[in-house]
Amino acid sequence: MMVNLAVQGAQMALVLLLAPLLTGFMRKIKARLLRRQGPPLLQPYRDLIRLLRKDVVLAENASWLFRAAPYVIFAATWVAASLVPTFRTGLLFSWTADLIAIIALLGSARFFLALAGLDVGTSFGGIGSSREVMIASLAEPAMLMIVFTLALVAGSTQLSTMAGFLVSSEVGLRVSLGLALIALIMVAIAENARIPVDNPATHLELTMVHEAMVLEYSGRHLALIEISAALKLLLYVSLIACIFVPWGLASTHATAEGIAISLFAYLLKLGLGGFLLGVFETSIAKMRVFRVPEFLGAALMLGLLATLLLFVSRSL
Amino acid sequence: MSLPTIFAAVVGLLVLACVGVLIGRTRRAQWIVYGGSLLACAIVAAIATAHLLGAAEPATLTLPLGLPWLGAHFRLDALSAFFLIVIAFGGAVASLYALGYGRHEETPERVLPFYPAFLAGMTLVLLADDAFSFLFSWEFMSLSSWALVMAHHLSRANLHAGYVYLVMASLGTLALLLAFGLLAGPDGGYAFATMRGSHPSPTVTAFVLGLALVGAGSKAGLVPLNAWLPLAHPAAPSQVSALMSGVMTKVAVYGFVRIVFDLLGPPAWWWGLVVLPIAGVTCVLGVLYALMQHDLKRLLAYHTVENLGIIFIGLGLALAFEAHGMTWAAALALTAALLHVFNHSIFKSLLFFGAGAVLTSTGERDMEHLGGLIRRMPLTAFAFLVGCVAISALPPLNGFVSEWLTFQAILLSPQLPPWSLKFLVPAVGALLALSAALAAACFVKAFGVTFLGRPRSGAAERAHEADRFSLTAMFLLSGLCLLAGIVPGFFIDALGPVSHALIGARMPQQSSVPYLSIVPIAESRSSYNGLLVFLFMMFSATFAVVAIHRLASNRLRRAPAWDCGYPGLGSAAQYTASSFAQPIRRVFGTLLFGAREHVDMPPPGDVRPARLEVELHDPVWDTFYAPVARAVAVAAERLNIMQSLTIRRYLTFVFAALVGLLLVLAIWP
Repeated sequence: MMVNLAVQGAQMALVLLLAPLLTGFMRKIKARLLRRQGPPLLQPYRDLIRLLRKDVVLAENASWLFRAAPYVIFAATWVAASLVPTFRTGLLFSWTADLIAIIALLGSARFFLALAGLDVGTSFGGIGSSREVMIASLAEPAMLMIVFTLALVAGSTQLSTMAGFLVSSEVGLRVSLGLALIALIMVAIAENARIPVDNPATHLELTMVHEAMVLEYSGRHLALIEISAALKLLLYVSLIACIFVPWGLASTHATAEGIAISLFAYLLKLGLGGFLLGVFETSIAKMRVFRVPEFLGAALMLGLLATLLLFVSRSL
Repeated sequence: MSLPTIFAAVVGLLVLACVGVLIGRTRRAQWIVYGGSLLACAIVAAIATAHLLGAAEPATLTLPLGLPWLGAHFRLDALSAFFLIVIAFGGAVASLYALGYGRHEETPERVLPFYPAFLAGMTLVLLADDAFSFLFSWEFMSLSSWALVMAHHLSRANLHAGYVYLVMASLGTLALLLAFGLLAGPDGGYAFATMRGSHPSPTVTAFVLGLALVGAGSKAGLVPLNAWLPLAHPAAPSQVSALMSGVMTKVAVYGFVRIVFDLLGPPAWWWGLVVLPIAGVTCVLGVLYALMQHDLKRLLAYHTVENLGIIFIGLGLALAFEAHGMTWAAALALTAALLHVFNHSIFKSLLFFGAGAVLTSTGERDMEHLGGLIRRMPLTAFAFLVGCVAISALPPLNGFVSEWLTFQAILLSPQLPPWSLKFLVPAVGALLALSAALAAACFVKAFGVTFLGRPRSGAAERAHEADRFSLTAMFLLSGLCLLAGIVPGFFIDALGPVSHALIGARMPQQSSVPYLSIVPIAESRSSYNGLLVFLFMMFSATFAVVAIHRLASNRLRRAPAWDCGYPGLGSAAQYTASSFAQPIRRVFGTLLFGAREHVDMPPPGDVRPARLEVELHDPVWDTFYAPVARAVAVAAERLNIMQSLTIRRYLTFVFAALVGLLLVLAIWP
């Protein structure tokens, strides 16, 4: 019990500490691929600290919802991220929320972010919110189809059980899991506002989605939004890692040595995920907004196909 | 003892209706009628709760009313007790709300007589234990609600709504009449007890299932029988809209469950196959319709269609599981559906109350003329926000729990043997997932455009907070949304007797699970703990607030909005309801609704404003209703020549009809 509690606490601290590092690492990779020097690896931490110390400049007609939303978004994202097994399964609170609930928690965060975009009543906030909900209306069902696939393979929607099952040798290569992986990567790109769906670095008015919603935020509120975005990226990379590359994940009986190895393996997986995403983003151009539904529709169809295969035969 | 007290309450409601007729115009009548309804509903709700939680034996009562050789049978069992709680609680809260809201009513004499009658009618439907009492109460409920829809009869739109509602309600009652006729068989066993004992042939059960779907589905708003619902629900005063949308649709669900799960005997394998696709399509179409609306009350009414789809998905799954002997899975699906019945009645009432508060405060239902109300009506905004989060199925509120249970039921369905179900259920699951995501979009729009941003009209600028009764009712329901979200185990346990009575199995006891988690099947398979998620989120948010304000900065400056360097644009430059939905309209609406945008851009030098017009078609209306309406019109045109004939001709017709009928009788085998 105490060990599990300590692991849960360590996990919460770990995701919070690692999230900006992953973002910084990806920025560095992208910059190096463009033959730029790029900002230092620790730049996101500095940005966050600087933002936290600054005054908040609040629009004159912003309501209490605008001020409360960053905290709600941060809380929901942090809770979700701390329930995805990173280096050890059997988190104390893993039975609190299964994968469906984790997805729904991210949905709560998005709900409040979209509302915050509408609060000040600017046209950019509106454009961001309206596009965000359009993207989410396809990304969320696609994600749920992926969850269905995984749940049918593992016989559980519980992430710890899922990871434990997938690491065992009886799984093997499956068509449905392959389809789910592709769909999950597509969803992860859309959910995290990465190229080709959205560009986290842009402030070109007509192309932005996520950035348009948070345009009116400043100071500590903006810092919370930024760390939530970083946490969400970390969550998705951890999710892909714990489901599709679960090797090295320590079980509940692991020794201190085993945990050290799994921690190292986790960092390696994060680095690899960040590197691949950086390469992918650099090698592709951003899509028009109304191409995004086709992209996500494909993810939804892949997820549905994977689920359908499993309904037909458990061994596909 | 319980049934006579409920009857006393029903009689009390009918007396209140008479009071409404007599002194409806006076100021006192409001207090008497709504206060009395509140009391009567509270009594009924308390008795029903005691009955359900005490797992009491069914109570019966026969009154010498109705058909002379039959009498009027009434029965209170677990199923009717559960639905009585939903209806009576909803009625009590609506009456509380109306104590404040009703004061703004311009023609109270058109509302007060019918309001308690409507409540009495719904209560009687749930208690009826023979076909005659059931249909009589059902029709009584329909007609009294029709009168409430017509309360503001001077508006042309309301007249149309009332007309369509009347036609559809008659169609529904006709279908139910035929269904009961088939169930009663040639011997005319109209008591439900007799129907339970009889075993109709497969052909008859097929017809009864279809008729029950039409009869109950037309009240519940299943596609394609949904056309009347978004017209009629918003037309009534808001407390009645809440009752119609949140509560009366549940009476329809009750009718379906009573006939199909209780009276019709064990289900055949294909029943789920009929119910599931209708329910899935209802889900997605309902929420897409809702997204296209900019009238707040109509948006809410359309969204009811979606939620009824979710409930029927649960019912369809329960039928499929039960037919294949998986009663434990059937219990899960049925409990999910019933829990959603309860949850939806709460948050839909809450949202309609909020819309009503906005309507009295600003005189506007059109979201394009609202905005910024969170500053003028902060309490209403907060309650409405809770309702929005709950209905969008987001944790930790209650809407999520019932959808989560439905998803768990879907994940059990690969074990169903028929191939058709193996292909159908994943597709229905995808439709449910799609509708859940679209619902969140819909309520970002509903809340964001109405309450956030800057006021789009003078009325919205001058809005004022709702009265105390309305606020009490709304906060009561918000509290219940949270409570049912964080300790759902107690609510699931309360549904145990219902599912046991209907399918002979119940979900495992939840209140004995440690830490108030819910575990539908087994802990290794899935579990959810709303309380811990809620506490966890509260802890994280408080931690962030305290840490940042203590360690970093808590200073705040007010300044004009930044808006990428274009400040000072008027409130007309904001996103509107239509523009917010534009991306989704393009993605889904082009195909489904034939959505087209026409831009009228004046040439340079012309000073008239540019116009953007959006053209939408209702596929259900165009496919199912318009042809019927056209056929009726053509037939009426043709038959017009028969309107003014001589008496001689008419007598000839009568004679010919008589001869024809006698011939048929003679030839009939």
